[in-house]
Amino acid sequence: MRGLALILALICAALPARAAMEEIVAGLSHDNIGITAAFNGSEVLIYGAVKRDAPEDTALPLAVIVTLEGPAQRVTIRQKSREYGIWINSSKVRVSGVPSYYSVATSGPLESVLSLKSDVTHRISVPLSMRAFEGPIEVEDARPYTAAMMRLREENGTFSVHEGAVHLVEDTLFRADFSLPANLVEGDYKTRIFLLRGGEVIDTKSVAIYVRRVGLERWLYMLAREHAPIYGVMALAIAVLAGWGASTLFRLIRN
Amino acid sequence: MQIYLPIAEVSVNLFLLLGLGGIVGLLSGLFGVGGGFLITPLLFFIGVPPGVAVATGANQVVASSVSGVLTQFKRKAVDVPMGLVLQAGGLAGSGIGVWLFNRLTVLGLIDVAVQLAYVILLGTVGSLMLMESLRAIYRARRSAQIRPRRRSHHHGWVHRLPVKMKFRASGLYISVIPPILIGMGVGILAAIMGVGGGFIMVPAMIYLLGMPTKVVIGTSLFQVITVSAFTTLMHAITNQSVDVMLALFLILGGVIGAQIGTILGGRLKAEQLRILLALLVVAVALKLALDLLLPPSELYSIFVERR
Repeated sequence: MRGLALILALICAALPARAAMEEIVAGLSHDNIGITAAFNGSEVLIYGAVKRDAPEDTALPLAVIVTLEGPAQRVTIRQKSREYGIWINSSKVRVSGVPSYYSVATSGPLESVLSLKSDVTHRISVPLSMRAFEGPIEVEDARPYTAAMMRLREENGTFSVHEGAVHLVEDTLFRADFSLPANLVEGDYKTRIFLLRGGEVIDTKSVAIYVRRVGLERWLYMLAREHAPIYGVMALAIAVLAGWGASTLFRLIRN
Repeated sequence: MQIYLPIAEVSVNLFLLLGLGGIVGLLSGLFGVGGGFLITPLLFFIGVPPGVAVATGANQVVASSVSGVLTQFKRKAVDVPMGLVLQAGGLAGSGIGVWLFNRLTVLGLIDVAVQLAYVILLGTVGSLMLMESLRAIYRARRSAQIRPRRRSHHHGWVHRLPVKMKFRASGLYISVIPPILIGMGVGILAAIMGVGGGFIMVPAMIYLLGMPTKVVIGTSLFQVITVSAFTTLMHAITNQSVDVMLALFLILGGVIGAQIGTILGGRLKAEQLRILLALLVVAVALKLALDLLLPPSELYSIFVERR
């Protein structure tokens, strides 16, 4: 009987699609982020627990990976080269849906908690969209371009991997803290939570976080979009008023 | 203190924006240049997307020019008829420039075109001004005792052109064709390079039209207002890239800077002003030339398209 259970558990671990015995139950500290004029980044806490209908089988180590992905943007990656003695942007690669923000948090070193196969299937360490090239590719090898984009994004903090940032307690409770940068783009952010055993994904959950401009920020943005001429005239009026106001003020101060 | 810019979608330091605006305003008041050739690269540097930087820069130029021109009006240093003639040419040129800009964009040559235009124009204008002002100072030193003779204007081809007009403030009686052509040329360059064009306008008025230095700055500011207002409006309508929040703080810094610049400008001698402007223009040209000639530290760049 005990042997049978062990075999069953092994099968479950090996074939994650079939009758997952371990499930993720997750929550968010907040699923709405409002961007105000004073917005200076935001902290998001993703927490949860592993639900089991049988005692845990500890033969293979348990791990949790949480990813946070911003709305997709169309990006052009340009490379400079020397033409006629001057350095100019000579070649480019366009990628249609690069997430504006991508962050991965894991409960342990990425190589040991995630198998290559699972990474490829679920596109965890690098989102699939980062390689969705658009239009005819003018260059022989697009890989250096993607690599450069990832490196530049890592440098400005919009792409990051935090190994060990998911705290897994007693193989049951977990939490991951993300600090979203101040240069956040409006849109729907996607959180993916992966439960892994021995490098294989056994359960996933996806939760959305809505990032929206609020108040004055929203009003200005909508005006610029929907009533562009009015917005343009307003911008000019502000400029002329400020110029005139300052000139008058300084004259009064001097006299 | 950070502030989130609604159109640029970045969060930047408030005092940094005020400071940037202040520097550019100072230049505007001092030399009569809009400062667009400085503000745009500076905004790139703090992380504002290029499209937003160009459009918002134009808006900031409007404010600092208004502030400057009012002070110049009080000093009676604006040649209004000349300004209007230049503006007429400028608006036409701006239209041509926008068309040219779109053509170059389609051909994929816009980046190089803009950079080369900056280097060639700023380099040429800057060196010419520098040489001219150094020569003027040298001459003034040598003949300190003798009163400098008023330059008798040479009656060349410029004076044989038709449609002559009297520009009283400038003391000129010339055809309107050269100012219109200059305005147009500057308008074209302004649209392509995303600047007000004061740095080309000022030397063009001094050396090509022979206008006296004291009315040049006010008249240039007067002309720059119209051209940059037109540019701002075009950007706001066609690609929604004017960020009023960004503009507001740049303007607040800028108007203060412009006033200080105008006061300082009244105290400095015309030759000194010209040398300072020439040095600044040459420095920017050199920096841009080096960017083109030296191997860059980062070969790749990423550009996010606006939705």
